[in-house]
Amino acid sequence: MISKDLKRKFLRGMLRLRLIEERLSSIYHQADEIKTPMHLYTGQEAVAVGVCAALRPSDTVSPYHRSHGWYIAKGGDLNAMMAELMGKEAGCSGGWGGSMHLLDVASGVMGSSSILAATVPHAVGAALAFQMKGEDRVAVAPAGDAAIEEGVFHESLNWASLKKLPVIFVCENNLYSTTTPLSARQPSVDIYKRAEGYGMPGVRCNGNDVGDVYTKALEAVNRARRAQGPSLIEVMTYRWREHVGPNYDWDAGYRTEQEGQEWMKHCPINTLAAEFPAQEVQSYRDEFEKEIDESLAFARKAAFPRKEAIRV
Amino acid sequence: MKYSESIRDAQAVMMRQDKRVFVCGLGVPAPGEVFGSTRGLKEEFGDKRVFDTPASENGTLGVLLGASLQGMRPIMVNQRVDFFLLALDQLINHASKWKYMFGGRQEMSVLVRLIVGRGWGQGPQHSQSMHALFAHIPGLKVAAPVTPYDAKGMIISALQEGGPVVMIEHRRLYDENQDVPEGVYRVAFGQAHVAVEGKDVTLVASSHMVSEAKKAVRLLMAQGISAELIDLRSLRPLDVQTVYSSVKKTGHLVLVEGDWKPCSVSGEIIASLAEKDPKIFKSAPIRVMWLDMPAPTSAPLEEAFYPSVKDIGDACLKALGISVSMVEESPQEKVKFNGPF
Repeated sequence: MISKDLKRKFLRGMLRLRLIEERLSSIYHQADEIKTPMHLYTGQEAVAVGVCAALRPSDTVSPYHRSHGWYIAKGGDLNAMMAELMGKEAGCSGGWGGSMHLLDVASGVMGSSSILAATVPHAVGAALAFQMKGEDRVAVAPAGDAAIEEGVFHESLNWASLKKLPVIFVCENNLYSTTTPLSARQPSVDIYKRAEGYGMPGVRCNGNDVGDVYTKALEAVNRARRAQGPSLIEVMTYRWREHVGPNYDWDAGYRTEQEGQEWMKHCPINTLAAEFPAQEVQSYRDEFEKEIDESLAFARKAAFPRKEAIRV
Repeated sequence: MKYSESIRDAQAVMMRQDKRVFVCGLGVPAPGEVFGSTRGLKEEFGDKRVFDTPASENGTLGVLLGASLQGMRPIMVNQRVDFFLLALDQLINHASKWKYMFGGRQEMSVLVRLIVGRGWGQGPQHSQSMHALFAHIPGLKVAAPVTPYDAKGMIISALQEGGPVVMIEHRRLYDENQDVPEGVYRVAFGQAHVAVEGKDVTLVASSHMVSEAKKAVRLLMAQGISAELIDLRSLRPLDVQTVYSSVKKTGHLVLVEGDWKPCSVSGEIIASLAEKDPKIFKSAPIRVMWLDMPAPTSAPLEEAFYPSVKDIGDACLKALGISVSMVEESPQEKVKFNGPF
């Protein structure tokens, strides 16, 4: 049973994330103040929020190009993210990274990479270091469904299982790699079932049900903490907006608006919000909009890196 | 101490004083112990710090980089450079860029030890050196130590300074002998070493070709020609200044490198000197390098593929405007090498 307080935490986490992403999409090209390819997380909030709720601050995540959700859900600093998106010196990566390369070491957000599955071994390596140093920490490796097709993903599962490392592989299966559907890329073997070949548990969750994600993530995290080794979690989810950029892309021809509407109908935030008084939800909304206003104001005011900062 | 022993010693002294350091790779604790270069490490430091890995080069490097972000100082060993090419995504897209991509807030550290093979029919996929490929990438340090002293000192520098370091170790150097100090000392990256002082012609060499060039220097000496031999030691950063000072003196430049000519480190040196001072050359620089093709396997073809000591000597004579083929390589100068490694 998930307590009301925990549900409230989920709701707040997802709503905040949604409002951040939706605000970014609304301002993205307006004044052209954000000059970085942005892969928005709208629709997938339950994944990062559900998984991160099962983690401690000292645990780590190693995100990939669709990085905002993991950064924010793990506790990354919002001002520093907004400043990074605007290429400012106060950005979490000093203006050197942009949307695809976010970092907040204090919150356990290890650097994210744009190369598919490339940070998956980094999480395995973090887990190796935890094990070597005898630290009670776990590492999470998020990856999209196309990352599963990369060799290094399988190398990482093999490594982690061999050494019984405290790492959790989270596949966010949003059904498309840019515009190429899963069916054009993989045989029809469920992703979570690949875990069996590496001698670790694999489970699937409903990415529109944050409680389901949290419960299964917690089980994997507990296993890892008990030194029982890694797990693979596949979360069925859906990216509402285009692969990269602020728009809907129903006219692009690779998916139908009807399919999108079906997923939106089961929006994880609306579903959970229905369990709370509308007034309460509205108060969270107001709170987050204000926070976003402030973070954008911070980022706009922040200085650009000086050209002299470029040195070999 | 042999080159292989100095590498072993460098890893051991660092592991004794720095708990962050560990060493792994396929065959590291196995019989043979990477040609002796990891001998006894498992016995001294245990299998948590000295261990075999899956054959996954890219995955393994990624794992080690991830561990380095948690404060570890890993050493990854590959018995041939060629296999490590599978790890270029982690090396080039990640290790080299991390510090830059995150505005200096975090840096990945790893010492990648790569061994180059040559001869005894090792063929095109067991004998590449890939100097130019690694040296091309900003954010990497690339070492190619030739002496046991430098091998130990550069490993210690790599582990103390941190950051991603690629160390190219030529298998033919593994039995070179030299007195090596005990304990910790450093040899800096980016500093070439004048191995032999001379005044008539500058010979710039790297890795195994330094020992071949040394033989050529002796043969030239017998002809009354004084060649200055520079051992680059570090391919990135590249010490152009030391080469410049030498060529300023001699006016003649011959470069000897175990790699292909196009886009090579040797080509980079010529270009850097030409940019700096186009009048420095009294004769056109000459590169003595591999034929522009993958290495062959059969012995006579190998002999045709790899430049000989005579080729190096002749290139120096040519640079000096002396008619060629005065240098003869004595049979005892020829390398004896029994395979399979």
